[in-house]
Amino acid sequence: MKMIPPFDIVSFFRAPWTEAWESSLWIVIMGFLVNAACGLVGSFLVLRRMALVGDAISHSVLPGIAVAFLLSTSRSSGLMMVGAVGAGLFAVWLIEFIHRNTRVKPDAALGVTFTTLFSIGVILIALYADQVDLDLECVLYGEIGFVYFAESFALLGMEVPIPVLRMAVTLFGLLVLLLLFYKEAVVTSFDPVLATSLGIPARWVHYGLMLSLSVVIVFSFESVGAILVIAMLILPSVTGSLLSDRLAHILIMSAVFSALYALAGLHLATWLNCSPAGAMVVAGFLLFCLAWILSPRRGLLTQLRKGRRGLRIEHGCTGSTGFE
Amino acid sequence: MHPNHPYRALALAGGLLLLTAGDLSAAKIGDLSDTRFWDQLIRFFSLRDPSLRYTLTASLFLGTCCGLLGSFIVVRKLSLMGDTLSHAVLPGVALGFLWTMTKNPWAIFVGATLAGLLGTVVVHWIHTTTHIKEDSAMGLVLSGFYALGICLFTMIQQLPTANKAGLDKFLFGQAAALSAEDLWMIGIVTILSLLAIVLFYKEFLVTSFDFGFAQALGLSARFFHYLIMLLLALSVVIALQAVGVVLVSALLITPAATAFLLTDRMHRMLIYASLFGMGAGVAGAFFSYLGNSLPTGPFIIVAASTLFALALLFSNRYGIIPRWIRNLSRDRRIQIENTLKAVYHVREKNAFSIDGIPVKALQNRRKLSPSEVEKEIRQLVRRGFASMDEPDPEALPDRERKLFLTPSGWETACRIVRNHRLWELYLTESVRYQPDHVHDDAEEIEHLLGEDIVRQLERRLNYPTRDPHGKLIPSLQDLSKTPLAGPSR
Repeated sequence: MKMIPPFDIVSFFRAPWTEAWESSLWIVIMGFLVNAACGLVGSFLVLRRMALVGDAISHSVLPGIAVAFLLSTSRSSGLMMVGAVGAGLFAVWLIEFIHRNTRVKPDAALGVTFTTLFSIGVILIALYADQVDLDLECVLYGEIGFVYFAESFALLGMEVPIPVLRMAVTLFGLLVLLLLFYKEAVVTSFDPVLATSLGIPARWVHYGLMLSLSVVIVFSFESVGAILVIAMLILPSVTGSLLSDRLAHILIMSAVFSALYALAGLHLATWLNCSPAGAMVVAGFLLFCLAWILSPRRGLLTQLRKGRRGLRIEHGCTGSTGFE
Repeated sequence: MHPNHPYRALALAGGLLLLTAGDLSAAKIGDLSDTRFWDQLIRFFSLRDPSLRYTLTASLFLGTCCGLLGSFIVVRKLSLMGDTLSHAVLPGVALGFLWTMTKNPWAIFVGATLAGLLGTVVVHWIHTTTHIKEDSAMGLVLSGFYALGICLFTMIQQLPTANKAGLDKFLFGQAAALSAEDLWMIGIVTILSLLAIVLFYKEFLVTSFDFGFAQALGLSARFFHYLIMLLLALSVVIALQAVGVVLVSALLITPAATAFLLTDRMHRMLIYASLFGMGAGVAGAFFSYLGNSLPTGPFIIVAASTLFALALLFSNRYGIIPRWIRNLSRDRRIQIENTLKAVYHVREKNAFSIDGIPVKALQNRRKLSPSEVEKEIRQLVRRGFASMDEPDPEALPDRERKLFLTPSGWETACRIVRNHRLWELYLTESVRYQPDHVHDDAEEIEHLLGEDIVRQLERRLNYPTRDPHGKLIPSLQDLSKTPLAGPSR
């Protein structure tokens, strides 16, 4: 097909690093930071069966951003971040409120909440298009390709684009939090009852996790949009969990995978001339499929060789959102 | 009522709307410089605008179709499958476009449906062959397929030759730009879903609520599961152009969740959900029509969510406010019954010799402050359970204020005490509790036992007269034998 350029292995690896190498470098760094931060928080989401809460928050931040725009009319203000994080937390609260007070199941409560908030966001943007400088395309697949052209900040003699700096600070903050509260986060994720009996306030850990999730999603929003961020939350840790059972190993692996996704995505995007954020997720999905098939412990091939069909007993299809 | 009647009428109405389309020509919204509210209102209700007629017809069909199919996924806790499907069809849309290199709706339709089905199958594979939970599996497929779609879309946008205008509307939806061909497709899918649900209503019902039972009945439960998934994929694909990739799932979930708050019967839920879907569609079309270049999809969803919020707050059975009121009145009833019980206990202590209960004695028994007891007494009097003997403190300073129960008050008091003691006896005799462990439990249940359960307990305990603590269990005969004197004035 005309659309796919001929594949040439040398140019596939060299193309991103020729004339626009600086832009490529920042795309890879940004991609790595976004993936790593999302992967870190996502591991705990996946453990708590709350993977789709990320979906809900990432869509719900839109009205928060729109309202903040209306109030402040500038793009890089802290108010926008506060509005977005607030909207994300509001969505989490609303989902819990609906399913706790009525018979509506958590999955339906989640679906209703985030689509409503997203619609309100789209309507606000359409109504005040002259005041809200937000491209809806950016919501769908992000602007990571233009990260090099963002405003930059001089640091150690280097011009660091502000989004990259912001993401790096976020990742660092998350790492500090993780080191401080690793035990609490792990115990509440695996055994809430044990956590309570140990005196760990599970509710606070839950809200802390939701807060960090909202912050990470809001900072990633501009680069990768509302939907691809879900992949970045889930893919690294799920791929890691196919290869290992130890959470610490999974967390380290997800950092390595993040770098891999960013690099492979960039090369793929340069070759095919498509959205870099999309290509990173496609690369991640392909890696997941590889792990799914080849994982020495629980891959499909191993299962076939051992003659076991399925590690799990199949029981109907029921969704779960972790709010049970 | 048979479930398909309202739809037949609506399908007819929709068909008529289609036939009249194009006869009258009127200026489009964009041509109007003047969009004053009343003008737009009149234009809307006179249906002069052909594009409006298309939008409305499409909203009605989509509301029906998505409401019906959404009900099945909402009751099965599969709501987010709709979300997964709507994102997973995206690469299919792109491939369908590349197949013909035009925006041929049929090619896109086929591609999208196949991609959606592949998505559900991959979720199922991941779920059954690995330890990965279903929510993660859905998230993976949702975002992975979507990313593939986004890559293909951005590649298509760089093609020099292709007539790619309008692919954007799959991402955000543009109900105002639907073509006659799109409308035909929407109509066909709606009628197909309707037919499938009318024909296989029982099968879908059994498969949705009890998968194992369906298999035991010899139904091919897997076949019906995938039939629903196929119809779901079809409806997601047709709805995609109207409301866009993110909001399709709302069209499926929100009206169905609203109906779920209002009824317990599946056939009613189906009818309500499709009515809400249609209502939201019309309201969304109306509000987006009022302004210039407002998107229809988000307005449809906000309208549907408003209905949901109303049901959430006011639904008679499951709404928050009616339930709150019910709790409040139940708490009040329990409080009144407890006061009456205290009156019984005071009389029992005096071997039923006195009729009038001094307020002081009641207060000691209830262990409450004087003002609280006064409040409780006022409640009893207002409900006709008691009357007060209030001597004039100046004329008769020595006489106490006394409370007299009316016959209905006395009967209620006896009923509660009987319930309490019967339950204590039941717990000690039949469940083998220790006699000193039964009081708290009986304290809760005494307000909830109905007459038929009381009859059963009596039969089971062989019509007892004494509770485990040796106290008399008042029976209905005793009640009528205890004559009650009114307040002596």
